[in-house]
Amino acid sequence: MCIAIPGKVISIEGNTARADFSGNIVSVNTGLIEPEVGQYVLVHAGCAIEVMDKEKAEEIIELFADLEELEGN
Amino acid sequence: MKITMAHGSGGSASAELMKNIFGRYFSNEILDRMEDAAVLDMRGKTACSTDSFVVTPIEFKGGDIGKLCICGTVNDLLMMGAEPEYITCGFILEEGLDVSVLERIVASMAAQAERAGVRIAAGDTKVVEGRGGMYINTTGLGRIPEGREISAGNCVPGDKVLLSGTLGDHHACILSARMEIENDIKSDCACLSDITAALFDSGIKVRAMRDVTRGGLGTILNELADTSGCGMRIEEESIPVSDEVRAFSGMLGLDPLYMGNEGKMAAVVAAEDAERALAVMKETGHGADAALIGEITKGKGVTLMTRLGAGRVLDVLTGEGLPRIC
Amino acid sequence: MDIGTIISYLQKYDGPEIKLMEVCGTHTSSIFRNGIRSLISPRIRLISGPGCPVCVTPTSYIDCISDYALKDGYEVLTFGDMMKVPGSAGCLSERKGEGAKVHIMYSPFEAVEKAQTYPQTTWVVAAVGFETTAPAYALMIKEAAEKNITNIKVVTALKTIIPALKWICENQPEIDGFICPGHVSVITGSEIYSELAEKYRKPFVVAGFEAEHILAVIYDIVKQLEKGEARADNLYQNAVRSGGNEKALDILSRCFETDAATWRGLGTIAGSGLYLTGRYAAYDGGSRGLGRDMELPEGCRCADVITGRIDPAECPMFASSCTPASPYGPCMVSAEGACGIWYRNR
Repeated sequence: MCIAIPGKVISIEGNTARADFSGNIVSVNTGLIEPEVGQYVLVHAGCAIEVMDKEKAEEIIELFADLEELEGN
Repeated sequence: MKITMAHGSGGSASAELMKNIFGRYFSNEILDRMEDAAVLDMRGKTACSTDSFVVTPIEFKGGDIGKLCICGTVNDLLMMGAEPEYITCGFILEEGLDVSVLERIVASMAAQAERAGVRIAAGDTKVVEGRGGMYINTTGLGRIPEGREISAGNCVPGDKVLLSGTLGDHHACILSARMEIENDIKSDCACLSDITAALFDSGIKVRAMRDVTRGGLGTILNELADTSGCGMRIEEESIPVSDEVRAFSGMLGLDPLYMGNEGKMAAVVAAEDAERALAVMKETGHGADAALIGEITKGKGVTLMTRLGAGRVLDVLTGEGLPRIC
Repeated sequence: MDIGTIISYLQKYDGPEIKLMEVCGTHTSSIFRNGIRSLISPRIRLISGPGCPVCVTPTSYIDCISDYALKDGYEVLTFGDMMKVPGSAGCLSERKGEGAKVHIMYSPFEAVEKAQTYPQTTWVVAAVGFETTAPAYALMIKEAAEKNITNIKVVTALKTIIPALKWICENQPEIDGFICPGHVSVITGSEIYSELAEKYRKPFVVAGFEAEHILAVIYDIVKQLEKGEARADNLYQNAVRSGGNEKALDILSRCFETDAATWRGLGTIAGSGLYLTGRYAAYDGGSRGLGRDMELPEGCRCADVITGRIDPAECPMFASSCTPASPYGPCMVSAEGACGIWYRNR
């Protein structure tokens, strides 16, 4: 029930990282993850809650593959 | 130097302010007379609009409250097909406001008024207790050329809806400043006279126009549909939103369809003129990102067709559009 | 398999009526924004469940926050969602007009900055949310403790999703399957739904927030029901792992303990609330026992809407005496509340 969107990590300083959301740069708390510069992180309420492996377009493609797999089983 | 209650008392401090700031930047043959009221010769149908500007911060990327108050009122007149001529400005200044800031704002207003071709015909200044804020009310007058009748009530099914550019820029710029979110989003504060003039000069049959301010596109499209007793179908994918504003609104749970602009407009034109109107808009400075976004239909309400071909109701903005978490 | 085949299949579905519950306010919103209902057969009914933390927060919580906001020496930080939720004497937005010191925050970490910048004021955080947000509050409180900041108080209305899902399964057996929350599951992991799927013999599938995610999940659930299957699937694998976010779960277990919590519409559910514990309990601003809810007027069916027993339009007050401008219950004002969303899309 929670708004969270992916941003790209551009720098890390201690417990925070600067994340870039298509040109919007904000500081996010990284206490819940182990980020690396260049990774996409899912951010909710100023807190990075997960590292995202894929970009959205790729994610949707994978989604249909996952669905097919489930159907096949 | 700071503004104090003395500046609003009508005495020598007020006179100083008039002379050094308002009189200096707003000088014209009407104001310079310094009478109790301006005498104007307004014959024929005249459009009149008033608006108050209370934005904070008062200076932001892409503009300031001064530029905003001229553009806002001029645009309201332009949306009725009027040719803006005169504008008044009432200032409410809070004690503690830096006079140099006031001067910058007034200079900005003067410059924008000149660009818009309007003259400041009357003004007023009051000072209240406070913490250095500033509010401006502007009222504008402009004549409507003979034979021109632009109104939301004119739309008929089949007419097309155009949008002059990207949504949400002003709102995102102001919120970014307040929340200290770093980005390059600039307010789109601008006078739309280049677009309106181009449309009329090209003989486009314009039914109605609205600038997309508070309440956003969602609200004004509903106004157009309701007033004309028609429905409207809008293609979601055709609505231009910059990547930066889209991400910004995604971060805060806001919807660009309900975010305010200060230099964008929607125009409803006759179907046969739509393609030409779009081309004409795109050639203007402020309409480079213009798009054909939908059409007027029978029925009622505004229906938004989504990316996957689903239709859903687009209502007016309810509530304040607060940043949310859920 | 592509979105076209999925939509076509769901549109043509002609089998027995299926009732699917989505328990995430952001899913409710996404379903409306993408016009999902108009893309699927009317025999597949999507029902909003109690997954809007604002909607299920009782009046006494708002009253507690308002009281702090009006007290000398205290100021409140809250997310925008809470501003219009009705309390006994008005919502936070209205009480601002009476001098209540309420500020909208974008992130709980702002409380630390405020507390350091204004040490004479006690900053009260309205900590509402589910498992997605709870770790952020926990990290903030940890940071405050490490920095020896004492002028922060947290009033929690933090709830966990599994007890609510269990309650629905026990009390609303007519629900055939569940669209599970996306971001709650990022924290908890998707494995938590397996037990429910097995016990209640219903599909539970985690969904993301794009139209494609939601349609894919509806497709999966319908197919499972057709084959008589009852699996817990995860169709948001880019963000949700089966074990969840271990660091987040760890910090939740260190800062909070579970206890009963009151859910508007569902009543008090044992073990469904998170409360500050141990050394962090010192930051609590009086979160326990805030279970009293306002008397809903005769005819108001807020409780039935939150539990998905009826659609908002079936409540006699919907869009007549209960509108976003004058709501009787939080469902109508919360951005994610079922009634508010139905009203905006009526």
